[in-house]
Amino acid sequence: MTRHSILRITAKFMIPYILLFALYVQFHGDFGPGGGFQAGVIFASGFILYGLIFGIENARRVLPARVTRVLLAVGVLLFGGTGVISFFFGHNFLDYSVLLKNSVSGQHLGIFLVELGVGITVSATMITIFYVFASQDK
Amino acid sequence: MALTAYAAAQTRNLFAVVILSGIFSLLAAVLYVVLNAVDVAFTEAAVGAGISTLLMLATLSLTTDKERAKHQIKIIPLSIVSVTGLLLIFGTLDMPFYGDPNAPTNLHVAPLYISDSMKQTGIPNIVTSVLASYRGYDTFGEVVVIFTAGIGVLALLGHGRNRTRPGKNRNVNLEDENRIS
Amino acid sequence: MAFPGLLNYWIVIILMMIGFYIVIAQGNLIKKIVGLNIFQVSVFIFYISIGKVTGGSAPIINDNIEIYSNPLPHVLILTAIVVGVATTALGLAMIVRIKDAYHTIESDEIDDIESAEKEV
Repeated sequence: MTRHSILRITAKFMIPYILLFALYVQFHGDFGPGGGFQAGVIFASGFILYGLIFGIENARRVLPARVTRVLLAVGVLLFGGTGVISFFFGHNFLDYSVLLKNSVSGQHLGIFLVELGVGITVSATMITIFYVFASQDK
Repeated sequence: MALTAYAAAQTRNLFAVVILSGIFSLLAAVLYVVLNAVDVAFTEAAVGAGISTLLMLATLSLTTDKERAKHQIKIIPLSIVSVTGLLLIFGTLDMPFYGDPNAPTNLHVAPLYISDSMKQTGIPNIVTSVLASYRGYDTFGEVVVIFTAGIGVLALLGHGRNRTRPGKNRNVNLEDENRIS
Repeated sequence: MAFPGLLNYWIVIILMMIGFYIVIAQGNLIKKIVGLNIFQVSVFIFYISIGKVTGGSAPIINDNIEIYSNPLPHVLILTAIVVGVATTALGLAMIVRIKDAYHTIESDEIDDIESAEKEV
């Protein structure tokens, strides 16, 4: 891939913006279209673009496969954990109203955490799948 | 869109089939925007046209992109499909019209979500609030499914797999020499 | 209000049947996956078109907007799309394994190999 300088330069230019856009989608999902699922996919595709252009070894150096596997579980646990916290306040699973004094901001915080969990899981899953497929030798 | 789908059914080169399915997804995303589902369109464009096409191409490069030459219209599947289609069309005659605000779907819980979401969660995007709060259980289940699929792919293709099934010697038929990439 | 009528359902059914035909009539496993995807997208369009309300806007609260489309199908489909790609990846991983084991991805050739093995 060293020959394709147009691809490399364009990708270098694009990747930061793709990742930034993914974060925007993640954290702005409450107000506009977007949310954890989309952000996870966009983040993963930005990363996969890096892996395609600069080689899978470089991508692994940036984000080792070990880390993505841990993140895979961390996302689910963050989601589940947010739900479990409300047990301790004597409420139902995933009832976020109790996270803060004010029930509306509690809901807001809960949704934020849950979306973050979703985003982490989705992007980690996609990147893991990409690693696994790309590192198959023929 | 139907044309793209039909072309995907007829084309024999699997590379073209995969690209056609990507185009199909993109058209679907445009359709979702027309139908006011911006969040869904967003996801479809990122997932269908991006990741899923990429994964299929990766699979093609690991297997083969030639479909064996053999294509006649098969009578039995075609007749099953036509009969099913006609029955389904018959079933739609009772359905509410497109865009009907009084359709049963639009009367049950949706007005509640639309009117209360802002008060209860303080979030303007109803899709997000329903996704994460009202239907948190569903979403949790979906996330676990994605997690499981990731684990499954790891288990199937992860480290240290054998290239052939153990204990079976098979003649390698070498039709997979024409790989892409 | 006559024009679109039931047309959206019919489009969905046509797409669905194309996908169904690919799944049952084509022998190639990757094509079967593509067929399943087409089927899946047709179901998505079905849900989304049910949630559409004439004159409605995207379900993001704004003071100037009175009518919104039904957000519930959007939520269901949003998650279903991402789950769909994850399961597609799982299916593709299985195809790669099948290719390793049988050296073909045509289902009838796999059947031949299986029956030949039983006879031995």
